[in-house]
Amino acid sequence: MSAPILVFLEHVVLEHGGAALRKPALEGLGAARAMASQLGAKVIGVVVGGAAAAAAATAGADEILVASDPGAPGSMGAARAVAAAARECGAAFVIFPATARGRDLLALVAGHLAAGVAADAVKIDVAGGEVRVTRPVYAGKALQVVVARRAPFAIGLRPNAFAPAAPGAAAPVREVATPAASSAEPTLVETRAPEVRRVDLTEAAIVVSGGRGMKGPENFHLVESLAAALGGVVGASRAVVDAGWRPHGEQVGQTGKTVSPKLYVACGISGAIQHLAGMSSSKCIVAINRDREAPIFKVADFGIVGDCLEVLPALTAAVQAAK
Amino acid sequence: MHIVVLIKRVPDTTAKVRASADGRSVDATGAESIISPYDEIALERAIQLRESGAATKLTVLCMGPADATKEVRKALAMGADEGVLLVDAAPFRDSAATAATLAAACRELAPQAVFCGWKAIDDDAGVVGGYLAATLGFSFASYATKIDAADGGLAVHREVEGATEVVRVPLPAVVTVQKGLAEPRFAGLKGIMAAKKKPLAEKPAAAPAAAADLVAYQPPPDRPPGRIVGEGAAAVPELVRILREEVHVL
Ligand SMILES: Cc1cc2nc3c(=O)[nH]c(=O)nc-3n(C[C@H](O)[C@H](O)[C@H](O)COP(=O)(O)OP(=O)(O)OC[C@H]3O[C@@H](n4cnc5c(N)ncnc54)[C@H](O)[C@@H]3O)c2cc1C
Ligand SMILES: Nc1ncnc2c1ncn2[C@@H]1O[C@H](COP(=O)(O)O)[C@@H](O)[C@H]1O
Repeated sequence: MSAPILVFLEHVVLEHGGAALRKPALEGLGAARAMASQLGAKVIGVVVGGAAAAAAATAGADEILVASDPGAPGSMGAARAVAAAARECGAAFVIFPATARGRDLLALVAGHLAAGVAADAVKIDVAGGEVRVTRPVYAGKALQVVVARRAPFAIGLRPNAFAPAAPGAAAPVREVATPAASSAEPTLVETRAPEVRRVDLTEAAIVVSGGRGMKGPENFHLVESLAAALGGVVGASRAVVDAGWRPHGEQVGQTGKTVSPKLYVACGISGAIQHLAGMSSSKCIVAINRDREAPIFKVADFGIVGDCLEVLPALTAAVQAAK
Repeated sequence: MHIVVLIKRVPDTTAKVRASADGRSVDATGAESIISPYDEIALERAIQLRESGAATKLTVLCMGPADATKEVRKALAMGADEGVLLVDAAPFRDSAATAATLAAACRELAPQAVFCGWKAIDDDAGVVGGYLAATLGFSFASYATKIDAADGGLAVHREVEGATEVVRVPLPAVVTVQKGLAEPRFAGLKGIMAAKKKPLAEKPAAAPAAAADLVAYQPPPDRPPGRIVGEGAAAVPELVRILREEVHVL
């Protein structure tokens, strides 16, 4: 039996005090299960703080480690906790979802362990005992394949790229202690929460983005309504973010977010190379643009040539009717 | 406060980059090189802090090919005080080896703050900042959209999952930056002239053994040719049918 694969299980605290694992955490377990079956390794899940222990136990891992609450709210405490768990179980691989928190932990934990690291994997292959990670580089213009040369080795997974694990029987749960901080950690002064807490763009299954073709911020309710009807979230091109129509956090592209949803709808977006960089790995791309020659139609699976201000209300109504 | 800004030399964002025929490298022939955009944003904010007196020294640190002196000089022309180039001829350097090499250089430079991009736009990893912080035992804050000096530390706004977190970061610290923090300036002629007299140290990069080896570069998966469903609102019923029956999202 080779050394275990440790998976960081990110959770959300629910309103009634319980906790649930996030979908990218289940994808991490799924990827680890596939590796484990070839390597003959155990899959161990780690949760930070006890709240999610019960939810984690049946998520499909062979064992769950519960790291004691690190005492500090940010990523640094959680990173110490996960690094301690990795040392405790002698993990050969440590897997993180590439959520905002998961990305921080990937880098920090790899640093604590002086581990090898590959971020943003879309594919993991095991052949002849070697683990190969495929990851998009140059904003998706190429794929890079690297082979792990050191244990432990940390791998970050792009959301929506791996099949989630099937739930399993209740796994044994064990506690591990989190070491005390050795350096001063940031302290939270305040959180300015958005009015409605939404799914993060990078892990949304459906994204509806608007560009300059929406003509003005006053028309973005059309994008919002379509997103709401489809159960997705709103994205934007840089042109409209720079114009102040939409917040920075919604920008998709080379200098914005990288998304790979099941469905990406581009409304009034020309399809500049820097925009494509952030969304061209979407499973299905739909474009609505007045200009039949717009470059966005070169990557779109389906397109409507037309005025967004006319097409979007009709599309939203039809989607609502179809549900 | 001595600030070190990490800058990486990358091909321009509009460059036609693709996997070479033998898969051993990427072909970016004819592409201009630039300072990775997020690094340039970090650099701009550091220059502002230097100008306001909040920072007393600003060093840029780059690991890259010998001709990356061009990017280091540009940073000096924008307003950094000193440059260090760790000359590295290797075409591929994994994130762990890169972070370890930069960490060793940072130990020598002994800064109170290290600013860097949240990711470099060539390898798209987003690893080096956090790895470096853990290696150096520095405090760490990511995705900064605002950085100010405050009470002997830094006041940082972080944009995560739609919310803004305001944090107080003690020094020494590594801060990775996100778009929205600052708009990089152009280096004027005066800056370019001044940069010629600023110190630029070149030394060989002492990188440790690779933790990951490159196997190949591949082209991205082909997308099947798309189709125009129709024109205007009349095309909506057909698109909805496709979303339901072919894409399965309804
Ligand atoms: C270093 C760098 C980084 C960048 N990073 C990013 C990035 O991260 N993300 C990003 O998006 N861009 C980025 N850009 C900018 C990019 O080059 C484009 O300028 C930008 O994507 C254009 O946005 P747009 O498509 O909304 O606007 P435009 O290019 O102006 O396109 C508007 C489109 O809307 C169509 N249209 C107009 N009216 C209507 C209507 N009524 N109905 C339907 N269609 C209509 C037009 O035909 C046109 O195709 C970057 C650029 C640089 C130099
Ligand atoms: N070779 C390098 N030289 C200088 N800085 C680097 C180098 N590689 C990465 N960095 C810094 O680390 C950040 C994140 O890089 P990465 O983890 O490669 O995406 C970059 O934005 C740079 O600031």
